[in-house]
Amino acid sequence: MTVQGWTFVMVGLTFALYLYLAFRARVRDTQGFYVAGRGVPAILNGMATAADWMSAASFLSMAGLISFLGYAGGVYLMGWTGGFVLLALLLAPYLRKFGHYTVPDFVGDRYESDAARLVALLCALFISFTYVAGQMRGVGIVFARFLEVDVDVGVAIGMALVFVYATLGGMKGITWTQIAQYWVLILAYVIPAVAISWQLTGQPVPQIGMGSTVTDAGMPLLHKLDQIHSDLGFPEYTKAFTGEWDKLNVLCTALSLMVGTAGLPHVIVRFYTVKNVRAARWSGFWALFFIAMLYLTAPATAAFARYYVIDSLQGKTAAELPDWYHTWEKTGLVVWLDDGDDRLAYHGPAQQAQNELFRIGSLTAEQFATIRAGHQQWLDSLGAGGRDGRVEMTAKKLTGPDADILVLATPEMAQLAAWIIALVAAGGLAAALSTASGLLLVISSSIAHDLYYRMLRPQASEAQRLLVSRGTIGVAVVIAGVFGIFPPGFVSQVVAFAFGLAAASFFPVLVLGIFGKRTGAVPAIAGMLVGIGFTASYILGTVYFGWSRWCFGIGPQGIGVVGMLLNFGVALGLTPLCKPPSATAQAMVARIREPEGAGPGVDIESAPEH
Amino acid sequence: MLAANARYWRSNLRLTLVLLLLWAITSLGCGVLLADWLNQFHLGGFPLGFWFAQQGSIVLFVLLILVYAVQMGRLDRRHRAELERLRNDASNAP
Repeated sequence: MTVQGWTFVMVGLTFALYLYLAFRARVRDTQGFYVAGRGVPAILNGMATAADWMSAASFLSMAGLISFLGYAGGVYLMGWTGGFVLLALLLAPYLRKFGHYTVPDFVGDRYESDAARLVALLCALFISFTYVAGQMRGVGIVFARFLEVDVDVGVAIGMALVFVYATLGGMKGITWTQIAQYWVLILAYVIPAVAISWQLTGQPVPQIGMGSTVTDAGMPLLHKLDQIHSDLGFPEYTKAFTGEWDKLNVLCTALSLMVGTAGLPHVIVRFYTVKNVRAARWSGFWALFFIAMLYLTAPATAAFARYYVIDSLQGKTAAELPDWYHTWEKTGLVVWLDDGDDRLAYHGPAQQAQNELFRIGSLTAEQFATIRAGHQQWLDSLGAGGRDGRVEMTAKKLTGPDADILVLATPEMAQLAAWIIALVAAGGLAAALSTASGLLLVISSSIAHDLYYRMLRPQASEAQRLLVSRGTIGVAVVIAGVFGIFPPGFVSQVVAFAFGLAAASFFPVLVLGIFGKRTGAVPAIAGMLVGIGFTASYILGTVYFGWSRWCFGIGPQGIGVVGMLLNFGVALGLTPLCKPPSATAQAMVARIREPEGAGPGVDIESAPEH
Repeated sequence: MLAANARYWRSNLRLTLVLLLLWAITSLGCGVLLADWLNQFHLGGFPLGFWFAQQGSIVLFVLLILVYAVQMGRLDRRHRAELERLRNDASNAP
């Protein structure tokens, strides 16, 4: 069977599995819809959280990014895992003890203010929508690349699937499908990594293989990579702090991603689904354990793929290029504009003029065809006519292959069987769908619970609330799909925005709400507004309005840390000047600090209604 | 009762603080601030700073949460036993 045939089989089988699980887990009450009845065992919640968290970006793009960034790729690895330590130690057990349905719920009740609830609600919606747009796009791209259907059709198929299982089963359905999706995506990620490690170093464990000797080259892989990189004009692979990744930016970006991770509402809400505080702590451990399976493999895949890509392309003639190159050249993820010697040359920033490897990026097929035709003319006329396409592509910053190519092409580089390549497609879809469904649930519960039930119609009946929840998920799926089909050009930059905003808004408010008894509504709201205002204007200013990076040269990805510090500073500074929270709120803080089963007022199941 | 609760909270804060300190030292310390200096040492085929940034810190993160879950479980049990004892003392008192 061909790769495409296998892909249809794999995708069909996994989709059928998700639908079956969702049908088995369909729900009839809001508790089941929002928090899966609070009966999810810690280890299973860990798997679901891992799938919830690992998005299309983790699965498809991260290894590629690391591969191009070398050492600096560590900011994503540390950032997206380190946040779980903050989450597990500072937030998860306490929020579970509090026992509501959503993050805005905690903010609103703890600070006894609907204004605070509304600010938190708007942040949750903004973060979730920017994130989910990327996931839907990811679904479309996987469909387009592996099944050769249109991106838009792919997005529509993904929308239909998420719509069915999220409206049917709510959080309960999502939990079971996420568990299945975790195993699909982790197998799809690890199998090719093991195979390629075995081929390159004779060592089956990728994390060890990465530090081992390359059989062909006779020296350690990372050492060899450093050498190749300096020969070709790239910064050394393992060298710290190159280019714009100076020490301050690496530090701020890593910290921003960590704090942002801890403040992302779709991850936090998963901790509401377990039975008690103890289970919340353990599911924090299991979540990071399962996430680490992928995150420890990614840097190994990155290093192997980097070596393979350079080794199999550099200096080759068209006839010598490997099959995977031709596969992905069709999609425009990698293109070659020769300088006339018929041998491919791939060079880094220091030897930019000699580089012949590019990607189409955001150019349309017509735009690139024009560049290619001009380049051919330039070649044929020996420089007299036409235009050197390499200069044009370099000016558009489209040098080198697309980062996404690495994970997609790794199984082909390692010459794995067709069904494993098909499994990678199913894995990419699983990663995108699991994250999308978690985010859609946050959107739905924010609107149906926080806005409709808590703020607009507190007298709404259970059946009405469930209907509104299902309705908003439906509307949210459609909006997300529209974003996926007509992606706003800023999607990739907007992800930095989501983390920065989560870091500058939620994290300080939640930490102060739990660890600072004295902090009341005014300092909390002021802190949130200052944090968000600063972070949002700095990101918008530097990305769109050409501001210089006036804040110590920190880039937009790392600025969330400063926003967070400002938020903490303002809130703590105002606290002594403002009224302390009421006795009810103080009693609530005292109660969430007590573990379950000790002290008064611990009946956790009655908490949502109090 | 209140004294016991305050004691529990203090032990909780101490544990959290120590673990967060370790968290900061490995990731932000060894993985970033000292990475260029640590890269002169090697762990097998890995430059050390690079290893901390891409492998070591993640492994340690998992271990930190494990230690937290285990230790907090112990603390909870001790706390519950203490409250139990206080309650018994109170009901035995004349």
